[in-house]
Amino acid sequence: MTTSLQNVALELKAVHKSFGRTPIINGVDLAIAQGERHAIIGPNGAGKSTLFNLISGRFHATSGQILLKGEDVTVLEPQDINRRGLSRSFQITNIFPRLSVYENLRCAVLWSLGYRYSFWHRVAKLETVRARAEEIMRKIGLEKRRDRAAGVLSYAEQRALEIGITIAGGADVILLDEPTAGMSHSETADAVALIRSVSEGKTLVMVEHDMGVVFGLADRISVLVYGKVLALGTPQEIRGNSAVQEAYLGTETA
Amino acid sequence: MSGVLFRRLLIWGLTAAVMILVPLLFKQSFALSMLSQMGIAIIFALSYNMLLGQTGMLSFGHAVYYGLGAFVCAHTLNAIGAGKLALPVMLLPLVGGVAGLAFGIVFGYVTTKRSGTPFAMISLGIAEMVAACALMFPGFFGGEGGIATNRQVGQAWHGLSFGPQIQVYYLIAGWCFLCMIVMFAFTQTPLGRMANAVRDNPERVKFVGYNATRVRYLVFCIASFFAGIAGGLGTINYEIVTAENVGVIASGNVLIMSFVGGVGHFFGPVIGAMLVSFLQSALSSYTQAWLLYFGLFFVVMILFAPGGIASLIMLHLPAARNGLLPRLIPSYLISGAALAVVLGGFITLVEMTYHLEMGEELGKSFKLFGLIVDVTAVTPWLVAAVVFVAGLGVFAATVKVVRRSWDGINVELQTRGAS
Repeated sequence: MTTSLQNVALELKAVHKSFGRTPIINGVDLAIAQGERHAIIGPNGAGKSTLFNLISGRFHATSGQILLKGEDVTVLEPQDINRRGLSRSFQITNIFPRLSVYENLRCAVLWSLGYRYSFWHRVAKLETVRARAEEIMRKIGLEKRRDRAAGVLSYAEQRALEIGITIAGGADVILLDEPTAGMSHSETADAVALIRSVSEGKTLVMVEHDMGVVFGLADRISVLVYGKVLALGTPQEIRGNSAVQEAYLGTETA
Repeated sequence: MSGVLFRRLLIWGLTAAVMILVPLLFKQSFALSMLSQMGIAIIFALSYNMLLGQTGMLSFGHAVYYGLGAFVCAHTLNAIGAGKLALPVMLLPLVGGVAGLAFGIVFGYVTTKRSGTPFAMISLGIAEMVAACALMFPGFFGGEGGIATNRQVGQAWHGLSFGPQIQVYYLIAGWCFLCMIVMFAFTQTPLGRMANAVRDNPERVKFVGYNATRVRYLVFCIASFFAGIAGGLGTINYEIVTAENVGVIASGNVLIMSFVGGVGHFFGPVIGAMLVSFLQSALSSYTQAWLLYFGLFFVVMILFAPGGIASLIMLHLPAARNGLLPRLIPSYLISGAALAVVLGGFITLVEMTYHLEMGEELGKSFKLFGLIVDVTAVTPWLVAAVVFVAGLGVFAATVKVVRRSWDGINVELQTRGAS
């Protein structure tokens, strides 16, 4: 039924993943349309992060198929998937701690602007790189931290940088893994505004525990339980789904 | 931006001036050969730091590329001498570089397949393998004796025969300066910047489109190229290449140079290469126990200044900019005096022990700090031990004095930064 969507950005077909004899993902079918904001929710250990790792190439599926804009990326390496326009963030902040904020973003834009492994360009002279890195820096609100080492930023700033690195390469499919984890209320509000602005016109898939964020941002929600999609629908449909209530939401909203 | 450019031009200009003028100040042949050794070591250490400091690859086998470059150059030089090849000696280091690069392309492919500890282990394995080959293939490596050569070959070009050491020094200095500039420029390229990213977080690099293994491999090849250039200069300077040049000890040596100088800053290995070359030449002519002092120096550096001398210098920069450095001088003088006493006691004890053990060859009494020391008497032992222990106590107290004056400076810097 989901395959009837027009312009599918990301499609998972019967994806399985086991670690040794432990199955983590038990046949996930999912199709996410271009421009959709999609949230994946589910209890701890449901396999949300594993699913992200499979889509982004960090792990490879035991069986099944993953299609990015129609192209099979199931067995590709992370960098090859990234070059095809999919970029992800990490639940545990994953930045370049000894590089400055600006350098973090610059490293994240170099490949997409075609500079690859060049050792014959002077990076300071690359205007397009500078402009793009500075644009992202403004977007994530870290201009004032430009030359600070990323490792000494505050937690919320590092989370913003994490998103900045993710979007810097201009990918049109963006995966955010718990972007607001560990944030205060006001920080979460800022993060939601940031996510909304950076995902404008792009396909967004996110794993998130904060239901306020999920219901505020997502066009559609998948509920993952024990490595399977238990339910899929609009926020209203998910809210009204009794199976979901029982398996997941019930325990949190009770 | 132009401020940065101006400062860089100034630093490079000063470096060039020092390299040109320093042989005019130190004319002794001992000094000249030490300076030549330093120039070679600088290139070698900087190339090593491309791996360690810039890309986070701890290699135990970097001398492989220096040594193989040197061997290829020795054979090339002999071929020139035999009239089989026409190549100016001046360009020989380039041959070494290409040889280093070629071996880097082959061995580096295997080595950089892994990172972290496996990388270090593979690099060690390859170093052992090449060292073993050096004894198995005497045709290329010359067996125990190595390959001897003569740098005075071909036509002297505008009077440059490279017979006199001063000409060799300027050849080394020229190549050293050129290599320093090119290696610095490398750090400012996309690959150079991504090398830092790989060092910081190889996992994340993959998710911004880069293949971390490829970045490591390319940097490894380029570092091998510069190591080969250093090796070629070594061939010209020493006119002999032996199996020791590819050995693990030589690889450990360049690691020590880079670490002592500081792997976190571009100029760190330059300082380390100069200091270690100096210590090796100077200490070894004073005492046979020099390796012990050298090892101890390395351990103390790693323990108390893991960022090397470069990080110590950078630590003082903010204070220097604000003119606060003079405030540190009194405490440094006191502490330095105490340290000198500790070292005096320590060196006396070490030398006495050494003479006691090696008395047959060295004699039971010797001259130290202008005094005749008899190791069979009790008094010298007692005096040295008391000086050492008391010195340690005083030194520990002076460390607090240094810390207090630093505290004062930090407060001052903060208030100035705030205003």
